[in-house]
Amino acid sequence: METVMARAAGTTSAPARSATRRGPGIRGRDGVAGWLFTAPVLVILGLFLVLPIAMAAWVSVSSWSGLGSPFSSTVKFVGGANYAALLAKPGLAQSDFGTSLRNNAWYVLLVVPVQTAVSLLLAVLVNRRIAGQGAFRTAYYFPSVTSSVAITVIFLFLFSASGTVNAVIGWLGGTGPGWFTETRGVVQLLLQAVGVHAPAGNGFLGLTWFDWVAGPSPAMLVFIVMAIFTTSGTFMLIYLAALQQIAEEIDEAAVMDGAGPWKRFWYVTLPMLRPTTFTVVTLGLIGTWQLFDQIYVGSKGGPANTTLTPAYLSYSQSFINNAWGRGAAIAFILFAIIVLFTVLQRLALRERTPRRRRSHG
Amino acid sequence: MKITRRALLAAGAVLTATATLAACSSGGGFGSPAASASSSAVSSDNHQPLTILIGTSGDAETNAVKDSVAAWSKQSGTQATVNVASDLGQQLSQGFAGGNPPDLFYVTNDSVATYASNGSLEPYVTQLKNKDSFYPSLVKAFTVNGKEYAAPKDFSTLALVINTDMWTAAGLTDKDYPTTWDQLEQVAQKLTTPQHVGLAVSGQFERLGVFMAEAGGWLVDDNGKAAASSDANVQGLTYAKKLLSEGAMKYSSQLGAGWGGEAFGTQKAAMTIEGNWISGAMTKDYSSVKYKVVKLPAGPKGEGTIQYDGGWGMASQSKNKGGALDLVTYLTQPDQQLGFAKAFGVMPSVQSIADQWKQQFPEQTAFLDGAASSKSIPSVAGISDVIKNFDSQLDGLSSTDPKQILDKVQTNLQALPGLS
Repeated sequence: METVMARAAGTTSAPARSATRRGPGIRGRDGVAGWLFTAPVLVILGLFLVLPIAMAAWVSVSSWSGLGSPFSSTVKFVGGANYAALLAKPGLAQSDFGTSLRNNAWYVLLVVPVQTAVSLLLAVLVNRRIAGQGAFRTAYYFPSVTSSVAITVIFLFLFSASGTVNAVIGWLGGTGPGWFTETRGVVQLLLQAVGVHAPAGNGFLGLTWFDWVAGPSPAMLVFIVMAIFTTSGTFMLIYLAALQQIAEEIDEAAVMDGAGPWKRFWYVTLPMLRPTTFTVVTLGLIGTWQLFDQIYVGSKGGPANTTLTPAYLSYSQSFINNAWGRGAAIAFILFAIIVLFTVLQRLALRERTPRRRRSHG
Repeated sequence: MKITRRALLAAGAVLTATATLAACSSGGGFGSPAASASSSAVSSDNHQPLTILIGTSGDAETNAVKDSVAAWSKQSGTQATVNVASDLGQQLSQGFAGGNPPDLFYVTNDSVATYASNGSLEPYVTQLKNKDSFYPSLVKAFTVNGKEYAAPKDFSTLALVINTDMWTAAGLTDKDYPTTWDQLEQVAQKLTTPQHVGLAVSGQFERLGVFMAEAGGWLVDDNGKAAASSDANVQGLTYAKKLLSEGAMKYSSQLGAGWGGEAFGTQKAAMTIEGNWISGAMTKDYSSVKYKVVKLPAGPKGEGTIQYDGGWGMASQSKNKGGALDLVTYLTQPDQQLGFAKAFGVMPSVQSIADQWKQQFPEQTAFLDGAASSKSIPSVAGISDVIKNFDSQLDGLSSTDPKQILDKVQTNLQALPGLS
């Protein structure tokens, strides 16, 4: 009885003890191990991501001019002055920034929808059971794995004044524009062709409203074509993976319901691809707003700033003009723009029925 | 609750660790103070090795500079390395920000103010023994706020380049080289045929500005204040606009060429306004085209052209300023400069060898003759953005009022420090 009691006491006290002592001990050791295992990544992310961003944030509100450390005592806090020069104060800094936003907005406006549509089209084509499917997939994907610098150089040759593209246009009886010398926007060129000229007037960020709607210059158009050409392959792969996830039964069920191929695509396939479309459009928006390497290699922002982008302007203000604060401020404004557009398109692509929303998270 | 606190602690530890790591690993980078920049005396350990960063026009220039520096190195016993920059401006900025810039480097007169304004450059020129041998206008071009920041190494001016075959085909002779605006207009009209235009220039201030200079104007007045909207400048651009509207002059971009030299070399134009770098392009790419270089015609206020100057900049953070000073003195000597001129065709920055240079390059004397009447782009931080904007406005000169363009340039100039 005593032993039973003792055993009972033992059995009752043992869990009680373990609950107070061993319990947190196990969790604690797990925690240490967890932090130990994630430490390398945290250190790397902290060192190469968080810290530089924090430094850039400081630079964007400082007077740092690029000599020595941005944390030295000579560097002053200037508040929002760098941001104000870009957004509020009329002047060259503002109009250059406005120009870069105009250029890049047109680029985004034309590249994102077209590359999404083209990649979906390619994916649907490649998804069919046809001979040589693998070959097509490789061919479509090929521009995506080629270096953007190499492709830019090739495009520069193709679109030079006496290049292949103008030769073809000439052979067809037309006259190609000076792709990298024409400074008027294509909308402006079309308007001028029908006799509409730039009206004087107010504007936004140092540009008149006419400047905003002038459209991309032919040089920017070349970069737009190039972006569609190079990135459609990548997004085709994403769409292809999603298409292969759609069970054939669903398609069959739609056939049984009497839906034709167009209706099946429009009312069955496309809605089921919505999460993928969200991914593709988001990646597209982020990538296009950060246009830099093609500009750096191809045009340095010229002719007449018509291919200037915020990312390139940020670089040139920092590295060429030593206006590091302004350069960093441009980077943060660009960040805000990208976040804004991503949130907007998330709202636009939101699933409308609550039941479905749960199933897709 | 416990876990969150621990997470915070751990995150804090990681951040501290990264901060420490960053401070250690970047070494001379963000961690180093800018204190070394403040020491102004050009004297230091003369045996510290030197690094020299150049932006080169090609192998000829690279090898010539390397050979000269090696010869100095042997003579002085100080080790010196010449590096070729792929993007000079960017690499210099990285060097200054990281506290580890090259000791000596190329600077141009339109970028010197950018580096001088934040204290990256050592104003060492007053300490050069051969300071008085340079053209005064070149030293002035590298002067910012009264301090002379770079020893001129060479310079270029703009002149009128003429295709001699087209010239004779139009019935013109050696006596017809234009010396006034009216004559330039006349020959440009004569030289304009369905096959080629009389005069082609890059549609930029960097070329069209010669007309502003010839009319007696410039971006700044004699006191260095912004004066873009002056009547003289309006007169200069109005003349250029007139040539454009007559069809006697076209922008190289209208001819599908990247610059005046290309339009000229591909024989789409009988004349162009370019600097002495055009001779290199003509030899290399358009060797079949025969040409002659003459001085630009005088405008209402006499002769005028634009000069572009190259110089040696010295980093204020350099650890061997004494050695760097010695090397600059060596590289800017007359015999070294003549060697550079022979190797890659630049115009020397010292007056004493002007005649020797003219004998060596008789076909290019017009470029050197322009030195007396040439103007430089003002050395003010931020000027390059103003000019870029001016250039994009000049693109539409044929349909815009010159005064309107210049007024906007004036507004932009006045926003720069020290110009208003």
